[in-house]
Amino acid sequence: MVELNAFNATPIWLTLKLAATTTVFLLLIATPIAWWLATTRHKLRTPVSALVALPLVLPPTVLGFYLLVLLGPQGWVGQLMQNLGLNTLPFTFTGLVVASVIYSLPFAVQPIQNAFQQQGLRPMEVAATLGASPWDRFFSIALPLAKPGFLTAMVLSFAHTVGEFGVVLMIGGNIEGETRVLSVAIYDHVEALEYTQAHVLSAGLIVFSFITLLLLNRLNEKHKGPTK
Amino acid sequence: MSSIHARFTSTKESFRLQLDEQFPASGITGIFGASGSGKTTLLRCIAGLERIENGYLKINDEVWQNKKRFVATHKRKLGYVFQEASLFAHLSVKQNLEYGWKRTPVNERTITFEEVIDLLGLSPFLKRYSSQLSGGQRQRVAIARALLTSPKLLLMDEPLSSLDIASKQEILPYLERLHDEIHFPIIYVSHSPEEIVRLADHLICLEKGAVTASGPLNELLTRSDLPLANLEEACSIVNCVVKSHEPDFHVTHLQIAENRDQIAPELNNIMIPEKDLSVGSPVRVRIVARDVSLTLSHNEHTSISNILPARIIETFPCPNPFQVMVKLDIQGQPILSKITKRSCSVLGIKNGMNVYAQVKSVALVK
Repeated sequence: MVELNAFNATPIWLTLKLAATTTVFLLLIATPIAWWLATTRHKLRTPVSALVALPLVLPPTVLGFYLLVLLGPQGWVGQLMQNLGLNTLPFTFTGLVVASVIYSLPFAVQPIQNAFQQQGLRPMEVAATLGASPWDRFFSIALPLAKPGFLTAMVLSFAHTVGEFGVVLMIGGNIEGETRVLSVAIYDHVEALEYTQAHVLSAGLIVFSFITLLLLNRLNEKHKGPTK
Repeated sequence: MSSIHARFTSTKESFRLQLDEQFPASGITGIFGASGSGKTTLLRCIAGLERIENGYLKINDEVWQNKKRFVATHKRKLGYVFQEASLFAHLSVKQNLEYGWKRTPVNERTITFEEVIDLLGLSPFLKRYSSQLSGGQRQRVAIARALLTSPKLLLMDEPLSSLDIASKQEILPYLERLHDEIHFPIIYVSHSPEEIVRLADHLICLEKGAVTASGPLNELLTRSDLPLANLEEACSIVNCVVKSHEPDFHVTHLQIAENRDQIAPELNNIMIPEKDLSVGSPVRVRIVARDVSLTLSHNEHTSISNILPARIIETFPCPNPFQVMVKLDIQGQPILSKITKRSCSVLGIKNGMNVYAQVKSVALVK
């Protein structure tokens, strides 16, 4: 009993909950963006593409800092929310989800966009000549053909959210049961010189990440496989 | 009479098209031209996959495009067979076939699922996926998939060009069956004279997006100003009727469809290897220009059995300077004869002259 009490599992569950919620929202948001980027010839395509990719190169602290400013009580999003009678987002689980979605956006958009680009316009044109309306052919042709891209996007978004630290620290802080996710918990343990706990969580994360990537490769090979 | 009227004008560099054509909404209309001549662009405009402003398209009584109206592709009752079969990779053959079938309202279906499977011989493949089919089989599935939408117009964009010779020979008979059994018009794009000759009834020739000629196939095949008559395999088509069978010699006798000049039956006779065709049925035969020689008198002491009285219409040069092309009239139907320039001079060939055309071989087109 003593050992179980010493080991606090809350950050693990919180992390999984955050990653799952983020992944769901990411797929909903990334799909239309990816489709637009894959099919449009609009002049805004390149800037939007760069904007989506920004979290890949920015230090997470930069992103977290601006989100904090924007969403905080003085920021215009924060003020808008207060005027609507809502709570501001920083230091809440919802705030973490918002930040994670933005932070992991390229990891969801890019695999889906690649999958759409690879299939080209032809399958959609064929479906049109077979009497399928634009929405009909998007759901019956474009989405199923992009399945490998969606699987990759899901796995990457989930794993990337599990591993984030800088953004969480900036916008989430360190509130037990609300924003204290795995990476923050590990940091705390190390600060407090509790190396055993830090080891358990860190090693667990390494195993988790390895298995995730292993599964991802398996999936990709399975999807390329049957044609041969 | 039912017809298709298409008018598309675009002067964009990548997309040049100058066309205002009315052609029969029946049989197969071939669109013939070299690559880059705008054939595919025209087909895409007809399908509504490309939109040219100020275009006009009317299929029988239905306007698909005019100044005010542009019917979206999925609302046009058409079938489209692309150059590559483009089967949906995530669906089985059966699911591919059902895709358009399910989206066609029951009361608009003019053909049954079984009929189409049968017509293209697809029953052994229904459970397979695209990756498990040969190129020819894939294209057959694509054709069947298009037919199952019960289209009012079938568009085919070089459906054979991406296939090897064996697959082409596998598909051509199916296309010929289509011609006989399908009752809606087909627009067939091709750069292959062989396919055009075998399949088309009507022909539109395109060059750099502009129409250079259009009309019934046979008229265009024998025109001196078009590239078709300059091809090595230049040929003509003669419409005939089955006259009789001679089982002892395994031959079938044909006569020219219209005996305009009331010529004697023994001179109105074309022999082909015996075919199971009923007497009186119409057939088309192809006569290659280099298989036709000319004599001034009717020579009975020869192994050539097809000797037809003909009148010279004109002569024109061949790409090879030692030959000339002679265009002849056989009871109102033009045929071509390729002879040497020397023979032409020795025989004293002149326009309007009566000669005999000796035809060495005749191929039944259908």
